Amino acid sequence: MMLEILVLLVCVSILVSGVLAVCLDNLMAAMVSAGLASLFAAVSYVLLAAPDVAMAEAAIGSGLATLIFLYAIRRTGGGKEE
Amino acid sequence: MRTVFSILAVAMFAVIFAGIVGDYGERESVSELARQYLTLVPGDLGAANVVTGILITYRGFDTLGEVAVLFMVAASVGLLLSGGEGETHTADADKPRRPSELVENGTVVILPLIFLFGGYVIMNGHLSAGGGFQGGAVVASGTMLLMLALPATRLNHGFLSVTESLAGVVYVSIGILGLVFAAGFLDSHILPLGDFGTLISAGAIPVISALLGIKVGAELSVIIDRFRS
Repeated sequence: MMLEILVLLVCVSILVSGVLAVCLDNLMAAMVSAGLASLFAAVSYVLLAAPDVAMAEAAIGSGLATLIFLYAIRRTGGGKEE
Repeated sequence: MRTVFSILAVAMFAVIFAGIVGDYGERESVSELARQYLTLVPGDLGAANVVTGILITYRGFDTLGEVAVLFMVAASVGLLLSGGEGETHTADADKPRRPSELVENGTVVILPLIFLFGGYVIMNGHLSAGGGFQGGAVVASGTMLLMLALPATRLNHGFLSVTESLAGVVYVSIGILGLVFAAGFLDSHILPLGDFGTLISAGAIPVISALLGIKVGAELSVIIDRFRS
């Protein structure tokens, strides 16, 4: 029962950070939010007994992908409105 | 108009996933295929971690394809993002912005530990959770931290490319050795199984895991560095 509540909490967090990543106007904040969604997904994989997948998701989804977004935002003007 | 399309697409996904979620129920027993794997991997391959055993031996060809896709991504990113005079200019413009003292010193302390953990995950892939792919990703995230905290560092692309290509060549050679000396391509029985649960055991799985780790780590590092410069 505890585990189910925890999984549901993590799933709600994935949804919230995903929606925030789409809705936020500040690109930097949206990028961090997208990385956060990945990180919560990794936590949910651990809770569902798949640590192998969780490791790859945490390193690639929330680490490398966020960094590539960061470089892209910086190269295209820092996310400032034209 | 675009909003209508977006809402329509989301609604379609909702319908598709509602079916999956509605049918979901906790499994009481493992399926026939899963039971087969669960008995075969520890017994036949000598690997304690069933997932890595499947990924590297039974589905070895798929893993090779995955690595080939990653190689192609690295090659095309290199082709698209290397060269061009404008890029060196922006790299120079970024140089004066140094990260804070705290980040720099913290990185110096934590970076060796990250690389060590990556190596641990790679070498213990057949015993505990992880394996070549995951360990390589951990090593690459260490490289990422290095680039964020110490922007002046330059990666030696030539060395990384040679290492990565060599790892790929040895990987395929081991596969062909399996074809000659064992049951088929990428069969891990070319080396003795050893004692179950020790570091050097499970045939060729640790070797393939290490090669995969080197290859994935080098490729992902090169991809990040290309995006940076």
